[in-house]
Parts: sequence; structure tokens; C-alpha cells
Amino acid sequence: MARVAMRGLNKMYDDVHAVIDVNLDIRDQEFVVLVGPSGCGKTTTLRMVAGLESITGGQISIDEKVVNELPPMDRDIAMVFQNYALYPHMSVYDNMAFGLKMRKFEKAEIANRVKEAADILGIQDLLKRKPRQLSGGQRQRVALGRAIVRHPQVFLFDEPLSNLDAKLRVQMRVELKKLHERLGTTAIYVTHDQVEAMTLGDRVVVMRDGRVQQVGDPMDLYNQPANRFVAGFIGSPAMNFAAVRIAAENGSLWAESADLRIKVPAPIAPRLGRYAGMDATLGVRPEDLRIARDGDANDMSFDVAIEVVERLGSEILLDVAAGSTSMVASVEPTVTAKVHEKLRLAINPDRVHFFDNQTEAAI
Amino acid sequence: MATGGSVATVALRQQYVPAAKRGPITRLLEDERRLAFCLMLPTMVLLALFIAYPFVNGILLAVTDTRVGVPGHFVGMDNFTKIWSDDIFHVAVWNTCLYTFVTTVFKLALGLWLALLLNRNFRGKAFMRAFILLPFIIPTVLSTFAWKWMFDPTFSVLNWLLFHVGIIRTRINWLGDPTMAMVSVIIVNVWRGVPFYAISLLAGLQTISPELHEAAAIDGARAWSRFRHVTWPLLLPVTLVIVLFSVIQTFADFQLVYVLTGGGPANATQLFATYAYQLGIGTGLLSQGAAISLAIFPILLLVVIVQLIYIRRTETL
Repeated sequence: MARVAMRGLNKMYDDVHAVIDVNLDIRDQEFVVLVGPSGCGKTTTLRMVAGLESITGGQISIDEKVVNELPPMDRDIAMVFQNYALYPHMSVYDNMAFGLKMRKFEKAEIANRVKEAADILGIQDLLKRKPRQLSGGQRQRVALGRAIVRHPQVFLFDEPLSNLDAKLRVQMRVELKKLHERLGTTAIYVTHDQVEAMTLGDRVVVMRDGRVQQVGDPMDLYNQPANRFVAGFIGSPAMNFAAVRIAAENGSLWAESADLRIKVPAPIAPRLGRYAGMDATLGVRPEDLRIARDGDANDMSFDVAIEVVERLGSEILLDVAAGSTSMVASVEPTVTAKVHEKLRLAINPDRVHFFDNQTEAAI
Repeated sequence: MATGGSVATVALRQQYVPAAKRGPITRLLEDERRLAFCLMLPTMVLLALFIAYPFVNGILLAVTDTRVGVPGHFVGMDNFTKIWSDDIFHVAVWNTCLYTFVTTVFKLALGLWLALLLNRNFRGKAFMRAFILLPFIIPTVLSTFAWKWMFDPTFSVLNWLLFHVGIIRTRINWLGDPTMAMVSVIIVNVWRGVPFYAISLLAGLQTISPELHEAAAIDGARAWSRFRHVTWPLLLPVTLVIVLFSVIQTFADFQLVYVLTGGGPANATQLFATYAYQLGIGTGLLSQGAAISLAIFPILLLVVIVQLIYIRRTETL
């Protein structure tokens, strides 16, 4: 178990700057998820920690020891690959034992550790099989087993669940979480799936174009996204955005466009003051929109037309259009709205976000 | 249906030509077995004409005492007993086995080494891969003639080079000395055969996921262990097929030795094929030449069977 620290980490391929100035402190026993769209540098970052990719600039230390020049085998890490990377010619037992054999463990100790890991993962009956005789989920377990028998300081996961079907993915996600609770080993986990990131991570690192966008615990990212990208990336269905102009009128601020006009809630008004007369982006999550009631203030609601109704059972998603602005609202399953119906949506005033159009940063 | 002559069914009938209206050949080919036979026929004709017929003819020739210009009579196994007690034949058998074994070991080792190098990422990779094939592309007879000049007793560029570098003090009699002649023949065969090994093994290497190497590296395997425990076992099935092909080809090798030494000096490089040619065509003892050619058959058959069994075993890993 160990801390992992990245200082000013950079990776250059010929003319691509894949990872730019990443600074990250991962605490002992922490489960940190790197998330972002493909090409954001998350996997490259992980591979630099593993030692599979050379470091162009900066420093990585594991347990206070700089590992920049150490080969993978000397970093005391274990990695689970996207395609599992099981040795196809070896049995499950040999796959799990390989790392221990290479490290010259005693036979009895190897057998003990493999058995222990197999028990944890429920693959005792598969030890004699070859990888190709296993299902995707079983292979995934073997890959995990190969990692845990080593008792490494850090686990590295490179999209380990992306090759599983949706149902199994949810199941393995829970098992991974349990496994981490049980072993407490520091873990770095890479995924492009924000749901996985939110559910697994003690902390989540959102990356884009090689840069870290925001680091925080899942709910912080959700409630206080640092910029428009994080706001749009975290959460499903994604946050609604509307281009607005900030206008000062009668001592209060308004966010207005051809399609809607709402009053900027008093608590955030001071921050928006300097945007008066300028364009900005309004952000509001689908669940912070609801169908307006009679008593609702006119300055926090706007008219829309329903374009699509998605009934998910636990909620209904209304794809609506306010003029030329498309939005999604998540409403209670009891709502009986129909396509083409016109109605009025109200915004939860405590949960409105504004973003600078130039920097995309949250205001 | 008789009364159901609606427009729709009429249209359908016109679209799908009923069986009765199709041509007789089309109807015959409806049967999958007949169709399969027709499709295989050209191959069967070719195989029969150019493989089966000469093979059977060879057998028929080997049990007669035919010579050039003299139609022979049936003599049973006489030719085989004759070559069985023929010292030169013994030498040829030994030479062929030695030649095949040594060249195969070297071709495999060098080819594998080259393939591992070519499998890395470097500038001009595609060019190098194409370039490596050159010895394989040039007609063997031509390249062997070039080698013959390089081995020339007087003008050998190899001797000149080795002398000036200071490795040798006296000329090496490449093709004149019995041992050196065999060495020379082996060198040329290896030179010619390595590209085939390298490119085929490279193709095999490229089917091995780089992730496996990364996993092994993290698991603590150093370069040699990674090769031994990951690359080699995964490459083995491909390797066996390549070796099988190569052994068959080398065992029946003719043109290289024929051009370089003609089997000499004093039969030091005499192989099955060159000896069969020498007796059959050179001396005119067609039947004995055929017998020698046929003598390769059981040996090769054995090699093929053993290797196929082995390949099947590794493939079911």
C-alpha cells in the first residue's frame, strides 16, 4: 500500500502532447478514477505510472520513491488490462502464479496465494482451465486474480470492464468496489464511463486533451463542476446548456435569450455582476427542471414544446425545445405529458450554473 | 392454391423461375455434391496430371531396368536393393540429413532473431521488411552463380576480405575441400532460406498481443523470460509449420548444390536429388534415378507425420 504522486507529468509523442502538466496526489488506500473521452491522456498517464510508457517530463513517485527510471517489474504494481492480457497457453492457475514464479516465490507460498485469490474471486473451479475456455466475466476475474496474488502496492486498472456486457459490468463494478474495501490497496482506475467513475472512485480526476480538468469526490464534481466540460461530462443525461446574455435591470441580473428569460438567483448574482451585457452559458441539470405549477415565479420558468417523451420507469425524460434551444428535463413518472404538448418548465434556483464563454470556467 | 391465381402469386412466379424452367445444367448443379465436384475438378485434373501421374510413373520406372534409349523390363525391387548397398547412396543420405538439419537450425535461429528485430518499431521498418526478402526473391540459380564466384578458388572475394581483415593467412578452398564444400553449400542455403523464416515468423509474432508482453513485464519477467514463457510458446505452432515446409524443401533441394558443386568434390555434397539426377539423367540409368527419388519418400513421410502430430498437439494448447 502506498501513496502515488505525480508532479508536472508530461508525455510527448512525436508531435502530440498527450499528457500536459498533470499534478496528482493519490493517498494511501485511495481509489482514484481517471475519466475522460478517448484521447484525453488518461491511459497514457496510467501507463506512465506502470512504467510501460517513458516519461517525457515531470516525476512519478510511489511510496515516496521516484520511479521514473524503474522498469515495471520493480515498481511493485499490478495492472489489469482492457483485454485482460491473459497468457493464452497457460492455465488459470499458471496465469495467476506467473508473477510469483518470476519473483522466485516458494511453491507452497504460490499455491497458498493463488488459492486465496481464487477464493476471493470465486474461481476455484476454473484453475485448470485455459483462458479461451472462460467467459468474459471469468477472464476478468482471472485478470484480477493475477493482480491480487502479488499483493502489490498499487493496482492499475485500464478500462477493465469495457469488454463486458452491460449487466455484467454493473455486477463487476460492485465486486471491484467490495474487493477494494477488503484489500485496501491503493488503486488507479482508468475509464471513459462517467458512471463507473462516479460509482467506483473515492476521488475522480476528469481529463481532457491531456490536461486535468478537475479533481474531486464524485458529488463535488457533480454539484460544483469546475468548467463546462466537466459539467457536461459528469451526469447522465447530460447537463443542459443554453446560450444567454446577462442583462442588468432594476437592480437584478437576468439571463436572457430569444427563447427564455430567467432571473439570476441572488446568491450567485455577485459573481455574475461583471458579465452584465456579455454572453455566457447557462447550465441546468435535467433533474433541476420540473413542470411549473401555478404558484411558480415567472422569472424562474420558461415555455417549451415537448419533442420526445422517454419513459424510463423510475423517471420520465422530456426532450423539449425552448425556441431553438434543446433541453432534457427529468420528471416524475406520474407526469402524463405527450409529444407536441406545450408546457412551462421551472428551474430549481439553487442549482443553476453559469459558464464563461471564453474560458468555459464555471462562474 | 389452384384457385388462388391472384396477381401477387403470378408476379412471384415470374420472379423466381420454377425448377422446370431452368436449364438442365443448372438443375444438375442444384445438388451440392455435384457442384462441389465440378468446382474441384480443375484442381483434381492439375494434381493428377502433374503430381499423381509423374509419381506413379516414377514408381513404374523404379521397378524396371529402363535406361535412356532402352525400354526396360520388370525387375522387381532390384533397383532398391542395388542402391541400398551403394556407398554413394549412403553418403547422399547422410549428407542430405546433415544438410537439412544444420541449415534448418541456422535458418530458424537467424530467422527468429531477424523477426524479433523486425518486430520492433523503428524508422524504415516497411522498407527493411521488404529488403530482407531479396535473397528469397532472386532466382536461386542466379544467386547461386553469384555465390559460386564468391567462392571461386582464385578470385574469391570472401577470401580477399577475410585476408585483409586479418582473419585468415592462407586461402580457403571453399568448394574444393570436402568439408568446406559442405559448409559453403550450407551457408548459401541458410542465406537463401532465412528471409522466408524471418518474414513468416514476423507474421506469427505480430499475432501476439503486445499487451501480453506488458503484462509479463509487470509480472516481473525480464526480456529472456518474456521470450521463453510468452513469445516462444505462442509462436510455436507457426514455427512448426514453417519448419515443416522448410524441411521438405531442403530435403529435396537440388538447384543450389547442382550449380555450386554438382555434388562434388568426390560426392562430399551429394544429396538425394543431385544423386538421383546424376544417375538418372547424367548416367542414363533412369530406373535407378527413379528409385533414389522414391527413397526420399518414406523419410519425408515420416518427418511430415511426426510434425503434423506435433503441430496438432500444440494447436490444441
